[in-house]
Amino acid sequence: MESVVFIFSLIDCCALIFLSVYFIITLSDLECDYINARSCCSKLNKWVIPELIGHTVVTVLMLISLHWFIFLLNFPVATWNIYRYIMVPSGNMGVFDPTEIHNRGQLKSHMKEAMIKLGFHLLCFFMYLYSMILALIND
Amino acid sequence: MLEEEAGPVQHQMQFFTGYPQNYGAPSGHYAQVPSKAIPSQVDNQYGGGYYSTGYSVPAQSVLTPSVGSNLLNTQGSQQSYSKVPPHPVESAEGLGQGAISSTSYLRTNTPQSYSAFGSHYSTSVSSSVASQGFPLNSGHYAMPMVSSAAYPSLSYPSMATASPYGQVFTSQSLPAIGQFKETNAFSGQSTVVSHSLQQVPMGYSSTSWSTSDVQSAQDSLSRNHTGSLAKASNQTSTVGGVDSSHLVSQNVRFIKSGVGSSVSSAVTSSERTPVDHSAQPGPVPSVTKPSESLLQEGMQYGGYVNNQASSTPAPLSSSSGDEEEDEEDEEAAIDSSSTTSSASPVPNNYDALEGGGFPETRSITSSPAPAPSVPPTSKTSKPFGYGYPALQPGYQNSAPPTSAMQPTNPGHHSGFQQYSQQYPGMNQLSSSLGGLNLQHSQQPESLRPVNLIQDRNILPITPVPAPVPNLNSDLRKLNCSPDSFRCTLTNIPQTQTLLNKAKLPLGLLLHPFRDLTQLPVITSSTIVRCRSCRTYINPFVSFIDQRRWKCNLCYRVNDVPEEFMYNPLTRSYGEPHKRPEVQNSTVEFIASSDYMLRPPQPAVYLFVLDVSHNAVEAGYLTVLCQSLLENLDKLPGDSRTRIGFITFDSTVQFYNLQEGLSQPQMLIVSDIDDVFLPTPDSLLVNLHESKELIKDLLNALPNMFTNTRETHSALGPALQAAFKLMSPTGGRISVFQTQLPSLGAGLLHSREDPNQRSSMKGVQHLGPATDFYKKLALDCSGQQTAVDLFLLSSQYADLASLACMSKYSAGCIYYYPSFHHTHNSAQAEKLQKDLKRYLTRKIGFEAVMRIRCTKGLSIHTFHGNFFVRSTDLLSLANVNPDAGFAVQMSIEESLTDTSLVCFQTALLYTSSKGERRIRVHTLCLPVVSSLADVYAGADVQAVICLLANMAVDRSVSSSLSDARDALVNAVVDSLSAYMSTVSNLQQSTLIAPNSLKLFPLYVLALLKQKAFRTGTSTRLDDRVYAMCQMKSQPLIHLMKMIHPNLYRIDRLTDEGAIHVNDKVVPQPPLQKLSAEKLTREGVFLMDCGSIFYIWIGKSCDNNFIKDVLGYPNYAAVPQKLTQLPELDTLSSERTRSFISWLRDSRPLNPVLQVIKDESPAKTDFFQHLIEDRTEAAFSYYEYLLQIQQQTCK
Repeated sequence: MESVVFIFSLIDCCALIFLSVYFIITLSDLECDYINARSCCSKLNKWVIPELIGHTVVTVLMLISLHWFIFLLNFPVATWNIYRYIMVPSGNMGVFDPTEIHNRGQLKSHMKEAMIKLGFHLLCFFMYLYSMILALIND
Repeated sequence: MLEEEAGPVQHQMQFFTGYPQNYGAPSGHYAQVPSKAIPSQVDNQYGGGYYSTGYSVPAQSVLTPSVGSNLLNTQGSQQSYSKVPPHPVESAEGLGQGAISSTSYLRTNTPQSYSAFGSHYSTSVSSSVASQGFPLNSGHYAMPMVSSAAYPSLSYPSMATASPYGQVFTSQSLPAIGQFKETNAFSGQSTVVSHSLQQVPMGYSSTSWSTSDVQSAQDSLSRNHTGSLAKASNQTSTVGGVDSSHLVSQNVRFIKSGVGSSVSSAVTSSERTPVDHSAQPGPVPSVTKPSESLLQEGMQYGGYVNNQASSTPAPLSSSSGDEEEDEEDEEAAIDSSSTTSSASPVPNNYDALEGGGFPETRSITSSPAPAPSVPPTSKTSKPFGYGYPALQPGYQNSAPPTSAMQPTNPGHHSGFQQYSQQYPGMNQLSSSLGGLNLQHSQQPESLRPVNLIQDRNILPITPVPAPVPNLNSDLRKLNCSPDSFRCTLTNIPQTQTLLNKAKLPLGLLLHPFRDLTQLPVITSSTIVRCRSCRTYINPFVSFIDQRRWKCNLCYRVNDVPEEFMYNPLTRSYGEPHKRPEVQNSTVEFIASSDYMLRPPQPAVYLFVLDVSHNAVEAGYLTVLCQSLLENLDKLPGDSRTRIGFITFDSTVQFYNLQEGLSQPQMLIVSDIDDVFLPTPDSLLVNLHESKELIKDLLNALPNMFTNTRETHSALGPALQAAFKLMSPTGGRISVFQTQLPSLGAGLLHSREDPNQRSSMKGVQHLGPATDFYKKLALDCSGQQTAVDLFLLSSQYADLASLACMSKYSAGCIYYYPSFHHTHNSAQAEKLQKDLKRYLTRKIGFEAVMRIRCTKGLSIHTFHGNFFVRSTDLLSLANVNPDAGFAVQMSIEESLTDTSLVCFQTALLYTSSKGERRIRVHTLCLPVVSSLADVYAGADVQAVICLLANMAVDRSVSSSLSDARDALVNAVVDSLSAYMSTVSNLQQSTLIAPNSLKLFPLYVLALLKQKAFRTGTSTRLDDRVYAMCQMKSQPLIHLMKMIHPNLYRIDRLTDEGAIHVNDKVVPQPPLQKLSAEKLTREGVFLMDCGSIFYIWIGKSCDNNFIKDVLGYPNYAAVPQKLTQLPELDTLSSERTRSFISWLRDSRPLNPVLQVIKDESPAKTDFFQHLIEDRTEAAFSYYEYLLQIQQQTCK
């Protein structure tokens, strides 16, 4: 059973890693002027919810399977994702707003955030991998 | 050697000329000479300039020492001089002895000239003039200054030099007079410089002799001097131009005669500002000598040279740093000489420039007068080339000057060092010394500490002018007008750390599409741009040689294309620096097809009109249709212009105006959930082909819906339909809305709680309620369509949401609260006037604007109505002349290796005639390394406008109280930073630098604005509208809104009046915005930008009421009066001419409102008296005490 949990987490984590990379690539495209803010933001906003769900599911799964350490590791990040989504002002077009992304260094902070998440997911990836192997051996 | 009588004049002349040359010569030695003599002088100047205190005194004291040093130096430096002389000597020989024979002088002169100066100074110390003269003389800088002055005005090289020196000269001449003997002795040596110079000097000397000159010289303001000098030089040059070539010896006499005339002119000019100089420039060519010196200097100092070079060609030529200035002068001189003596361009110059060829310069100078010299001159004439090379160095070089400077520094104030280093010679020194004009007077002034609490009358009686950047006069003349382009800090701090210490925001305020009366339009097959950063060539680039130029933003070296070598203005070849692109900081290019993604669009106008019951009741349709009918032929456009109409209530109505129909055909679409276009082809019709149908429709529209009972408003669907209609072409959608949209997409709900209007707590709902309008705006922006919103509602209409449609599509917003065509005639009149302007003003379609800045600076936030498409590209579907923009910048890399930074905005748009055009503005500012300089250069109005923009952002993203706190903190932080670092006065009181003395007052005014005030009942829409205006208004309009101007108009006199178009316009002094200034006997006019209030006191003189208002007494004046009758009395005429003069200065025709003391409208008037206490806000004094308390914490 435990191995199934970690196999699922591993797959989910891979997806999140790819998503983070996609965010980084798209944001740096915007930085380099390859795409305009409108298309960049509509691309990214599409993936905000899937990312949020993907991460929340793993977090909840860890809580249910009573992996406290991993849960506590994931919890702040999941909270941040949800907070960010909820706090979008009503007039904005999503977490990424094309009219504001170039203002007040938002682009940079988005970029930084995506980088941190990538690092976090990589860390989680190896943790899940280790736990999965451990679980498989124990089985 | 010289005759005493003639001698003095000549000597002086020589000196002047000698200076540039000397410098030029020294360039090799540079470090040595400058360090000794120059530095000291520089310091003096700086000290004087910066520290306003006892400028003359320090100068003298310093000077004397400096003189001594100079003398000493001269010997040491003589080597350098001697080098120079070679050419000059020859020429000099040709000239002959005495005044004429400059040759002998040339060599000897250089050194001597210095010594002479020294002697003058020492002897002359007593005269104030002398003191001024000193700085100039002493520094190489002085030379630059001279050159700068010279450039603008002179045709004559000598003139040019003279002018810059002008001040110096005058001063020198004065001392010289007394000291003739000494000078003479020296003069023998000094004369060396050049023949042309001699001429000039003579002119100068003569001028100097004249009392007027002396006086001018004495004037503390260097401007006047330079101006006068320039003129004088010009005159002399003109006179001398001929003379010089022919006779040196004779010159003296000639000059005198000429001088007499010139003197008078000089005097007049002295009063004028530098501008005059620019006007004078014509003579430029004579400048030969200066050019050499300039070149040399430029090489040494680098930086400015480029500018100079570019400037040189034009009359306006900017004088760069001292060195640069010199170079410029030389160049100019060369040019002039070439023109006068021989046009032969000097190829050598280039070499010389690069090589350091001072000798050439000198020769050049000499050449003008004597035949032998001529050849060199011809070479010099090319000087441009020189100038270019020089430029390069300038950029590279800040270092050399510094080194030179340093030696001096030790002796002087350490504080100065910073300056010298920063400016590396070029800018500051030149500017400060030579350029003294503004800088000297200004800088010390701008740093003068002002005790805010004690000084009750800090508001100047005339409108606050924009500070002038501390650049040398040549650059300053070339620089972009502050009306189009302003920076919050006219001295850019070197590092972000320094900027953070100053606690002032760094940003630009732009008004790029301003109506201009004079704009050079350039049609060229190739538009020269930097290959790496795409910067347009501008006056501040440096030409390395004739074939290459160095970008002033990214420093890449680019090739000059073949076409650019030909100057269409002068029809000459090989003078790329004289092209209009390099002569004007504001130019417009006609763009080629490379700048088009599609064929230029036609002008397309679509009107989307609310015809619900509410709208019909308000009656705006009558006003609109009337205005449209009147201005139909004045709509900007060509034969392709198209126009269309959509009306909406709970359904959307289209109007088929296809040519051939007998009458307009209305098509109603009631399916507002999925709007479609009934006949896509015939809704937007050609204005000219269907004009009759359009007129029919406009005549019919106001009456078509008079009986409507429809109260709903389907704005969203109507906008979607409009977008569909416009998307194939792009253009302008004008939306007239009178209520909250209540149907279909984009419907809104009332969010305002009237009970919270005067809450002291936070204000909610400043942001949009839905993203529908934002998305629509972005869609429109993508299809090059702008949406302009006219909101005429009497009730809450959620402007915060509706405004998004204009904000992000680069439209504009007009708001007329409680509009009613009869009950509120003031608003109706305002709408009518606004519409007239709106319909007929210039418009640019499918525009983009890019803002570039020197490497190391970066833009991080944009304010205004547009969509930021990529990091520095603003997408403007439409651009109009009333739109202002602001950007915030940060310093990402230290700017230590440059002394100048430049900003360039390029606005690419399609004119209403279907032409693709690019309007380019370039602003150049100096970089400084000390906090004092940063404060000295603060532009308080720009700072306030940028802060207002930032505060609006903060209110929306955070909360209003946050924004208010941030505004107060901005004052507290910057003043306490100033008090703790720059001012060493006692901390117990509130001190501000003079440049920022109005800062607290303006911030208080901001806090009392509708946008930011709390505690006073403010409707949400009013508040949001005020915020929208802050984001989109250009600085001049915004300042009027923030801090209105108050005048007393019942006692207008012609004192100080100005003449405009044969009309006398009285200039009453500004009053501070406080009820204490209002007297019952008076009548006051308040200019709030978009509205004029005339307040009439109860005991107002009946004569005024009779003569101006046309009523017998106060009681007879009606409550609502919006016009002044045209009465044939003097006071009526004065009042009306003053008001119409105020009106002419702005695009929007403000509405006039006469307010009697007891009328209910007086609260509108009194709310603008921001220095007074209100029930919810501090008075200015209380507020200052609060600030003081916080700064002392």
